[in-house]
Amino acid sequence: MTNQRTSESRRGFLKTGGALVVSFAVGDVGAAAAAAMPAKTVATDQVDGFLAIDAKGHVTVYSGKVDLGTGIQTAMAQIAADELSVPLDRVTVIQGDTALTPDQGVTFGSLSIQNGGMQIRQAAATARDALVSQVAAGQGMAKETLTVKDGVVVPKSGGKGWSYAELVGGHDFQLKLDPKATLKDPKDYAIVGKPIARLDIPDKVTGRFTYMQDFKVSGMIHARVVRPRAMKAALLAWNDFEARRIPGYIGVIRKGNYLAVLARSEWAAIRASRTIETTWSDWQGLPDKAKLWDYVRGVKINKDEELQKIGDSAEGMKTPNAKIVSASYDFAIHTHGSIGPSCAIAEYKDGKLTVWSASQATHLLRKQVSNMLGMPPENVRCIYVEGSGCYGRNGHEDAAADAALLARETGLPVRVQWMREDEHGWDPKGPPTLFDYRAAVGDKGMVHAWESQVFIPDRPKDIAVTLLPAELAMLPREDAHPGNIHQSLAIPYTFPNVKATAHWLAETPFRPSWIRTPGRMQNTFANESFVDELAAAAGVDPLEFRLRHLNDPRGVELLQRLAKLSGWSPRGPAGRQSGDVMKGRGLSYVKYELVRTYVGVVADVEVERKTGKATVKKFYVVHDCGQIINPDGLKNQIEGNVVQTTSRTLLEDLQFDRSRVTSLDWKTYPILKFPDVPEVAIELIDRPAEKPWGAGEPTAAVVPSAIANAIYDATGARLRSVPFAPAKVMAAMEKA
Amino acid sequence: MKVAFNLNGKPASIATDDPEMPLLYALRDDLGLHGPRFGCGLGQCGACTVHLDGQAVRSCSMPVSAVAGKKVVTLEGLGTPGRPHPLQQAFIDEQAVQCGYCINGMIMQAAAFLKTTRNPTEQQIRAALAENLCRCGTHLRIVRAVKRASEKMA
Repeated sequence: MTNQRTSESRRGFLKTGGALVVSFAVGDVGAAAAAAMPAKTVATDQVDGFLAIDAKGHVTVYSGKVDLGTGIQTAMAQIAADELSVPLDRVTVIQGDTALTPDQGVTFGSLSIQNGGMQIRQAAATARDALVSQVAAGQGMAKETLTVKDGVVVPKSGGKGWSYAELVGGHDFQLKLDPKATLKDPKDYAIVGKPIARLDIPDKVTGRFTYMQDFKVSGMIHARVVRPRAMKAALLAWNDFEARRIPGYIGVIRKGNYLAVLARSEWAAIRASRTIETTWSDWQGLPDKAKLWDYVRGVKINKDEELQKIGDSAEGMKTPNAKIVSASYDFAIHTHGSIGPSCAIAEYKDGKLTVWSASQATHLLRKQVSNMLGMPPENVRCIYVEGSGCYGRNGHEDAAADAALLARETGLPVRVQWMREDEHGWDPKGPPTLFDYRAAVGDKGMVHAWESQVFIPDRPKDIAVTLLPAELAMLPREDAHPGNIHQSLAIPYTFPNVKATAHWLAETPFRPSWIRTPGRMQNTFANESFVDELAAAAGVDPLEFRLRHLNDPRGVELLQRLAKLSGWSPRGPAGRQSGDVMKGRGLSYVKYELVRTYVGVVADVEVERKTGKATVKKFYVVHDCGQIINPDGLKNQIEGNVVQTTSRTLLEDLQFDRSRVTSLDWKTYPILKFPDVPEVAIELIDRPAEKPWGAGEPTAAVVPSAIANAIYDATGARLRSVPFAPAKVMAAMEKA
Repeated sequence: MKVAFNLNGKPASIATDDPEMPLLYALRDDLGLHGPRFGCGLGQCGACTVHLDGQAVRSCSMPVSAVAGKKVVTLEGLGTPGRPHPLQQAFIDEQAVQCGYCINGMIMQAAAFLKTTRNPTEQQIRAALAENLCRCGTHLRIVRAVKRASEKMA
């Protein structure tokens, strides 16, 4: 549906836009410059995909995984420098540019080091081996007599060497990546395993760093999106009569229910977005927040999937004299809440589109944007520019698609900066998650059967989240699939009869997305809370109970070290403590997705009797992710996992009415503040000879259950619904 | 209208048609600074904090006309990578950054706080930063960095 006034406005805008086009053709950094660049391979099976060495011996690493504020850039440099035997300061890392970096998958799932870093390590090992072989062949020397020091291939016996710069500087390797190229002996690593200071911090603490929000393209104009009054409302009318009085105001772009204002300055765009008058249809399709869990229970189940099956749980439930324990859990809808709202710039020129954004998935974004705009993917280039912390699929891709759409409509570089209410109100959400559990506990604490069921939104096909502007403008789009949120429902314990089931639901209220530890956090909350309930039912200390049911030596060692670190003493039967402040401690454990990183935590919690306010005083963490690349970076991630997840567990609960999200700022969606942040004591288990596994998510998985179990220890009340708001704690204490 | 003020020790001025435009946009868009950051535009998160005549203020909710003739100091004016302020050095020493988006506010808030409170306790530092939000969960390192700087500055 085209609005007559839109067309008029558009024509007016294009007329004024002409002058801008002339000015931006000079000294521009955009698509024209990008197009002039020589083609570089981004193949994942080529060394040149990942590495280049220039004439001065400087190494460039091309990483498809990006630094979301986690320190990955420094870690990637450490991995490459060590494997190539060059000093760290001779390495630069380029991240997430579809024209330059291989598609190593989305930066999610705690896979950056584990998968992305290991591809780069393998490329470096291949390169190093090839350069040593080149010298050996050229000089008629045996390979074993050569080594590499500071980027120079030298005889082990000493003497003159041949530098990487001489050998390959400025040229392609033209070499297939050898997945079996011999890696350095871990004991020879000199940079890996060291707490190297992060490369980005000096600029970040002095205001010299260029975040996406700071990035500029010459000649760019500014846009703000005018959001519907209700999530799926139709735009009936708009009037920018008043907005036209704002100096610098250009006009609007309207497509379907998508409306954006354009201006020459950022402030003018903001003013225009607040001034323009709009009329929207009524829409009240969201469920009643007060009855959210009834709604989830009532949604049609598309299919059931058995995620774990051991023995026969139905038979196990019939064990004579066994006590049947059952419980249901739920986990609220969460928003990402990056401190800086999403921002992107796009430029469309000569049929080619360049998009700069802080997307964690530039290759996926490229596919989605080309699909939305009906462009061949090869004409779209997406470039990563680091933004505010990113903990999953937040609004970055949507802002990028906003900018892409508007750039193509206007032919000008367009910067779109989301406002706070855009980010809180319109980023995709961690979906509401509901669980039912049942177990049979017999004599001596034997668990005869365990059954878990989770209710989660279905996965249509590929992992992707619908681009918001595609939805609003009614352009081609993908269905949303929030990632592997069924993971970690399967348990690591040796119960004889286990059944874990996912009920894949036909719908969910908001665009579902992955937020740090997606699904694994919710599933581990329910699993480890229920394990604690079974331990209590069996009358066994929660640590002892877990140890009895683990046959994994790495897990057992981890829990034993946790007991020592935290000074664990066996917990007696939990009862209500006396006094105004009740204190308790809770334990939780995970082997992430049952195949990687091990984490165990103990939480020390205080609960105010009169208010129900729970405060976490301290977390003890023992962490085993195999080979550690950077122990300080790892600790930083673990602390972040604990603090952020304490916030999610105690406070966070997205508010909405029947039409839209009503948590639109930090007052209506509070997060943890300094006075309530727990202390964190960490013990790292380093296993240099093992594979390095991820650390961005696993610790977060165990935080909610540890807090719930600690509250139980303090009060005798079970908290089965995240967040543990004071009112819920009071209600649980009344029931207990 | 033209608004003139002192920015990081030097005279600065901007032209604006709206005296109500927040100082943040003048600093970022007209004067090209990266230190003060847009976080909420509501004075709730602290990412935009600057010093106005020595006081920590939220530049996202301070009309630019209100700073005429006053002294504004931003993160850039506090120190440089070559000559960092003790707080900036302490944040490097403690590696007290994850994404770093909030760090401008943390440092500017702490710098104003340390001028009036020498040798603060950890509790006092936490209270002083209570209205500065961090989403990455870097709080413990930030507190340690402020403590370290306070000891250096004492």
